[in-house]
Amino acid sequence: MSAILIRDLRLAFRAGGGFGLGLGFFLILAVLVPLGVGPAPQVLAAIAPGILWVGALLACLLSLDRIFALDHEDGSLDLLATAPVPLEGVVAVKAFAHWLVTGLPLVLAAPVLGVLLNLPAPAYGWLVLSLLLGTPALSVIGAFGAALTVGLKRGGLLMSLLVLPLYVPTLVFGAEVVTRGAAGLSVATPLALLAGITAGSAALLPFAAALALRVNLR
Amino acid sequence: MSGPAKPSSYWEYANPVRFMRLSDWLLPVTAVAAVALTAIGLIWGFFFTPDDFRQGSTVKIVFLHVPAALMAINAWIMMLVASLIWLIRRHHVSALAAKAAAPVGAVMTVIALYTGGVWGQPMWGTWWAWDPRLTSFLILFLFYLGYMALWAAIEDTDTAADLTSVLCLVGSVFALLSRYAAFFWSQGLHQGASLSLQPGTRMDWAYKAPLYVAMVGFGLIFVALLLAGTRTEIRARRMKALIARERMGG
Repeated sequence: MSAILIRDLRLAFRAGGGFGLGLGFFLILAVLVPLGVGPAPQVLAAIAPGILWVGALLACLLSLDRIFALDHEDGSLDLLATAPVPLEGVVAVKAFAHWLVTGLPLVLAAPVLGVLLNLPAPAYGWLVLSLLLGTPALSVIGAFGAALTVGLKRGGLLMSLLVLPLYVPTLVFGAEVVTRGAAGLSVATPLALLAGITAGSAALLPFAAALALRVNLR
Repeated sequence: MSGPAKPSSYWEYANPVRFMRLSDWLLPVTAVAAVALTAIGLIWGFFFTPDDFRQGSTVKIVFLHVPAALMAINAWIMMLVASLIWLIRRHHVSALAAKAAAPVGAVMTVIALYTGGVWGQPMWGTWWAWDPRLTSFLILFLFYLGYMALWAAIEDTDTAADLTSVLCLVGSVFALLSRYAAFFWSQGLHQGASLSLQPGTRMDWAYKAPLYVAMVGFGLIFVALLLAGTRTEIRARRMKALIARERMGG
């Protein structure tokens, strides 16, 4: 299991692309939004939590096909499926690797982009915390979507259509934490619900994803 | 082997031949009943009920809106059950019925959203509001789209049935979560449930009776379209098998 994790991380770091692309996309989005809606600080402050969460979500979505597609192409996914480790574990580890490569950098970069978007001061801590709790769910749900579409030729667009509706609850609760944090309200309820979604997804979705992978590999 | 025995349980209809024989007469019956009941419900509701004293005649769109919304949700629940049956017992009719239900459910969702907008424009002053009920219906529509897109994208029917079933199961959980998330996220304009099993009247029987008729009518429309769609799917698969056999035989 740890061998798979190390292998995935090595591939992401050395093969190039996967690591920086999501971050770059996140940065560009944070630059484009003020250009689109105008530089008024109040407007930016009001929409910053939502923009940052939507940006993180889309950046995560962009890199999802890397979870299984490359391994499927060169046949190593078949080897992993016949390996003595359970496929569910493989899925979970690969989703975790995806989070380390994509989600964690987004969490760390988000406060910087928050400055660009004039995010109110009390919200920074909640932004980092909500992304830290929420992005693992994005990776696991994304791994399920990637497993569903792994055998398809142009699966990327279809995967977006499948995965984005599944991201709705995570986005709602995540952005709500930051919005409430910015307004100085209590964030306990959305934060707990967000953590619950992450915990539930991480516990159950690897089974669904492994089932989909087995179907696609048969 | 003598002729087929009389079916002793519902599972017998998982046999496509039995299903085709049953739906052969069930389809016209439900189709006629569906058209009749829907027509009665709608005409009764539109023309033979009194106007509401505050909302006037606009309130009568409820006879179209509520049955469509009901069937939009029920179609998804039916797909969920059919998907479970396919995953557990691998009856092909079940998978094909789930496939046939999706477009019907999607159209019902659109009808509910559209009639809601038509009513909301004069009443709320807007076609669309990010109200939790409206939002969760829009999200449900997106789930239908994704489900149908996945069916369309995969060529092998068994693989497609497996993957869409898993998507339906996972999607059901997330659709439910989205609903609660939407209710958490915004306070709505939409009124509470029009009908309820709880005691206490919300609607007068003058409105309730035609509404119930229209609801049964819409349910039968769904069943009729579902039977027709499933029959088409079964025939399409038979045709595929015949073509394949023809090629093999050369």
